Amino acid sequence: MDATTPAVAGGFEPRITAFVCNWCTYTGADLAGTSRLQMASNVRIIRLPCTGRIDPMFITKAFERGADGIIVSGCHPADCHYNAGNYHARRRFAIFRELMDFLGVDTGRITFSWVSASEGGKWRDVVNDAVTRVRALGPFTDYRKLVVDPVATATGVVPPEHVGKEVPA
Amino acid sequence: MARIGVFVCHCGENIGRTVDCHGVAEACKDVPGVVHSVDYKYMCSDPGQQMVKNAIAEKGLTGVVVAACSPHMHEKTFRRATAGAGLNPFLCEMANVREHCSWIHEDREKATVKAVDITKTIIEKVKRNVPLNTIRIPVTRRALVIGGGIAGIQAALDIADGGREVILVEKGPSIGGHMSQLSETFPTLDCSQCILTPRMVEVYQHPRIKLYAYSEVESVEGYIGNFKVTVRRKARSVDEDKCNGCGACTQVCPNKKIPSEFDCGLGKRTAIYVPFPQAVPNLPTVDRNKCLLFMNRAKGRPDTCKKCADACAKGAIDFDQQDRLVTEDVGAIVVATGYQLYTIGKDQPKDNLKGYGEYGYGTIPDVIDGLQFERLASASGPTSGKILRPSDGKEPKRIVFLQCIGSRDPQKGMEYCSKICCMYVAKHTMLYHHKVHDGQATVFYMDIRAAGKGYEEFSRRAIEEEGAQYIRGRVSRMWREGDVIKILGFDTLEGEPIEMDADMVVLATAMRPQPGIDALAQKLSVSYDQHGFINEAHPKLRPVETNTAGIFVAGACQAPRDIPDAVAMASATASKVLGLFANEMLEREPTVACVNEANCAGCFHCERVCAYGAVEHKDIKDRAGNVVRVIAYVNPGVCQGCGTCQATCPSKSVELQGFTDEQIWGEIQALGV
Amino acid sequence: MKIGYFPGCSLHGLSREYEESLKAIVAGLDTELVEVDDWSCCGASSAHGSSHLLGVALPARNLAIAEEQGLPEVLAPCAACYARLASARHEISEDPQLAGRVNNVLVRDFKNTVRVRSILEVLKGQIAGIKARATNPLKDLKVACYYGCLLVRPVQVTGGYDDPEDPSSMEDICKAAGAVPVKWNRRLDCCGGGLSMSRTGSVVRLSAAILKDAKAAGADAVVVACPMCHSNLDFRQKAMKHRGAWEGDMPVLFLTQVVGMSMGIDPKTLGMGRHFVSTDSVLARTAGTGSGSGTGTNSAAAVAGEVG
Ligand SMILES: Cc1cc2nc3c(=O)[nH]c(=O)nc-3n(C[C@H](O)[C@H](O)[C@H](O)COP(=O)(O)OP(=O)(O)OC[C@H]3O[C@@H](n4cnc5c(N)ncnc54)[C@H](O)[C@@H]3O)c2cc1C
Ligand code: SF4
Ligand code: SF4
Ligand code: SF4
Ligand code: SF4
Repeated sequence: MDATTPAVAGGFEPRITAFVCNWCTYTGADLAGTSRLQMASNVRIIRLPCTGRIDPMFITKAFERGADGIIVSGCHPADCHYNAGNYHARRRFAIFRELMDFLGVDTGRITFSWVSASEGGKWRDVVNDAVTRVRALGPFTDYRKLVVDPVATATGVVPPEHVGKEVPA
Repeated sequence: MARIGVFVCHCGENIGRTVDCHGVAEACKDVPGVVHSVDYKYMCSDPGQQMVKNAIAEKGLTGVVVAACSPHMHEKTFRRATAGAGLNPFLCEMANVREHCSWIHEDREKATVKAVDITKTIIEKVKRNVPLNTIRIPVTRRALVIGGGIAGIQAALDIADGGREVILVEKGPSIGGHMSQLSETFPTLDCSQCILTPRMVEVYQHPRIKLYAYSEVESVEGYIGNFKVTVRRKARSVDEDKCNGCGACTQVCPNKKIPSEFDCGLGKRTAIYVPFPQAVPNLPTVDRNKCLLFMNRAKGRPDTCKKCADACAKGAIDFDQQDRLVTEDVGAIVVATGYQLYTIGKDQPKDNLKGYGEYGYGTIPDVIDGLQFERLASASGPTSGKILRPSDGKEPKRIVFLQCIGSRDPQKGMEYCSKICCMYVAKHTMLYHHKVHDGQATVFYMDIRAAGKGYEEFSRRAIEEEGAQYIRGRVSRMWREGDVIKILGFDTLEGEPIEMDADMVVLATAMRPQPGIDALAQKLSVSYDQHGFINEAHPKLRPVETNTAGIFVAGACQAPRDIPDAVAMASATASKVLGLFANEMLEREPTVACVNEANCAGCFHCERVCAYGAVEHKDIKDRAGNVVRVIAYVNPGVCQGCGTCQATCPSKSVELQGFTDEQIWGEIQALGV
Repeated sequence: MKIGYFPGCSLHGLSREYEESLKAIVAGLDTELVEVDDWSCCGASSAHGSSHLLGVALPARNLAIAEEQGLPEVLAPCAACYARLASARHEISEDPQLAGRVNNVLVRDFKNTVRVRSILEVLKGQIAGIKARATNPLKDLKVACYYGCLLVRPVQVTGGYDDPEDPSSMEDICKAAGAVPVKWNRRLDCCGGGLSMSRTGSVVRLSAAILKDAKAAGADAVVVACPMCHSNLDFRQKAMKHRGAWEGDMPVLFLTQVVGMSMGIDPKTLGMGRHFVSTDSVLARTAGTGSGSGTGTNSAAAVAGEVG
């Protein structure tokens, strides 16, 4: 078993990737830590300077790599460390969410939130809510099939045991 | 091939209690590229840091991952250690297994799994890190101050006294701003001119201050430390090198009936004029819209009059003088353009507003505004300090002040409190009672806002000791009957309508930013609020910085301010500027965007999303020197490193150093199944 | 143009001349009034004082019917009706809960789509038409335009068709009719409103102050657009004199009558004879219209008016 698979005790445990900005949400998550706020352990944070840096491709890529849910979180509107980055992000994701919906991804898998540096408690709630929601939606495997099958690439033949299944990269 | 070293910290018990640190170090040994993986009780201690340094030297590491606390805590520490061992500091990153893991989970098994994940993401990132160098930008250690009111004067003097050169640009013919128009100032009632004039003279004589009065900022280019400013020196029609300020010209000018701006229309001036006797510089200016010669020129008629030129012994009058453009290099800019008062019935903040036509301002001569009252009360004013009403020059025995005119009224477009009027109205009632002993001052107010040192005491004194009558409520309309002003109002404490007569009414109108502030803010690319006040970078922690590095803000152009506030802000900007000028070079984190010149399609989407105007156009030329392509260039001095451009670029040609797509793909990959 | 029309009780009783003159002028302005079916009381002066819900539901009932009739807008010539209808519309649109309660009471699915217009708003939109049809411009008639409390206030309810403290639409309409509006001061004061019966003393004091100011400004007549203002200013002049608060006679005209006179409409059609204070002095000044409507006017008062 891959060590990165969250321990499953009799149920599905979603993997959630969080893209957060350095100044507000990352610091808010730090505050949750300093305040010892306990929360679900399913979320892995990727730190970026600003939500404006988040390319929608990161989200599809994370799904493709096996994430069952995504959190995107940054500074509150008007509080952006970089003035306007989060506005660009907001516009970008408003459209992106529609696209995901169109492509058949349940938008419940993607959480957008604003968590400021002082909102450790809010961060905990965002994490717990996302985990509960995605747990209910079950594993997300549709995009994993998009990953090129290494065996197929090497041999030119898809091994029968891989047909219709997700394959490790 | 990467050679990564992983250092897992127990942080005493802080991490070790819930995370199996040794297990994490062991798990990371299997990650391709990791050549060294250990755990230790306190990584940030001296021996801990030494472990990192030794491993870099002994194992020939190309990257360092410290799995410990938040990077906000110790990233600098470990980058310094890395640099100490001769490795580029930007090849060291931290995996946050304390705040984001051990402190928020109790289940040891789950927490350990997560800590391994976190560390692996950072390993994948560091594998793709490249050495970066701190950006060093040269700083031009001269400052530009825009606006010569008390805020601009204070900022200029403080910077110049701190040893740096200052260019002070004032659009009017003299510096001094509104403070030079005031009579006596709250809360101490000291004479405004007496405390201001010496400071104005000091500006004029300061060896490190270059004063451009009657001038405006034409354009601003560049970025922090390296601004290029073009100043338009408007033609005064007087040669300042020849003129000795004797004033003979103003004596002879035949056009004497022009309403004086300085006296708020209550006094008169000539077409060639010095706005007030203590003006700095003490030079006359020809008002080309009012000078007979220029009025004739405008109609295509031959020059006439020239009386001032005939009177001038120095031959200083130059009717053919042109505007001149001068450029100055500066490293920092202070904006101190001050305020104007809301004018009833004219210049409304929104086109659809008329604004208090029911008060008859502009139609009833004895309804005036606060600055006009200051001029009446001023010893140097049009009435030599006597309170006389404009209509018939009689002394008003019943004077009424109305507060919050325009302010705190969303229907007039200004929902904010102007902050100073409660105080100056209290002051006005005192000045009035000092001058008109048998008079009665009445004030209509909504609330008294007297927050400030000595302010509450001051307004109480006006009421309790000096006999001002304060009525809580608003006035609904006023009109003139004979020579009295009829006032209809409502007393909200008594719950009764009020009708009263007054001989003169003073309106405490709202403070608004100077006209043209939006154009100036756009030239400087600083932001402003819906009213036009310049935005500070942070309302609490960065009150005198703007969102553009190297540009600062002081005084009433940022929000309604009284003199103590304006001066405090000005001194704060000066200390910011002097701090910036402390070194010849400015050091900046290299987390800035960088354009791949071969790929950039020149669509400039990046330029449109950059909030800082960091993206410039760059010409790509062939050998013959012809421009073949125009592409984007990110100015590292201006870029703040948000990465919005990168997420926007359709051809992925602009990359944020330290957060490249490849690095983030690596992190996502590490989390994969 | 077609517009919904809510007469309200006054225009069928106390102020019939308001309705008569309104109907006479709209014909000339190519406007058709479509009366709201089975309209009921708007609740003015009492309902909102006793029950808030009733105060909203009564006007809402009338608007709901207009909505069912497919009328996009409704003219309420009476200023009090206008205020009630427009306030109800405003309150319902601001408060979805209230909207639900009102619909329950009405047992109707009211969507609140009907816009409420005052007479000023409607005639302001017709200024060009009024000017064009002013065959008898009233150039010798000086008028004091009286707005009172409700016509232009509060701005949230009126939508701001005119400045709430310094309005100008009534003057503009009178100018279009050729009349000369005077500058005066008590244009927006209270006339005493619904207290005419219960506190006559207050009404006499307030209304007399208004008339005196109009007279001092040199007005030949006061122009109103509200039956309540009209009755306080016109009918109560006798009580004012009786109590020594007012001398003289000041004709009080409806705005629609002023427009009607400028169109050369017969004074009788405009109901000029229904006033308590004779309008003969006005008719004499607007010579083109011809004088001598005469019905039921007090000739002694008319003479006094001319002398004053
Ligand atoms: C009636 C009244 C009474 C007052 N009494 C008191 C008092 O008793 N005590 C007190 O503490 N405060 C008082 N104040 C407030 C006081 O006037 C202000 O706090 C003070 O003047 C603010 O100074 P400033 O330099 O920010 O702005 P300003 O005084 O407005 O100066 C701004 C300067 O910038 C110049 N400028 C504007 N735009 C440009 C441009 N684009 N380029 C170049 N130059 C430009 C202007 O010409 C002006 O010289 C009073 C205000 C009023 C209205
Ligand atoms: S007369 Fe000549 S020298 Fe004297 S103030 Fe005028 S311009 Fe200057
Ligand atoms: S300072 Fe006083 S008068 Fe001025 S706006 Fe504020 S409350 Fe009103
Ligand atoms: S968005 Fe990309 S391609 Fe377009 S100009 Fe900027 S760097 Fe070049
Ligand atoms: S990283 Fe941000 S600040 Fe820098 S150029 Fe790109 S958008 Fe502008």
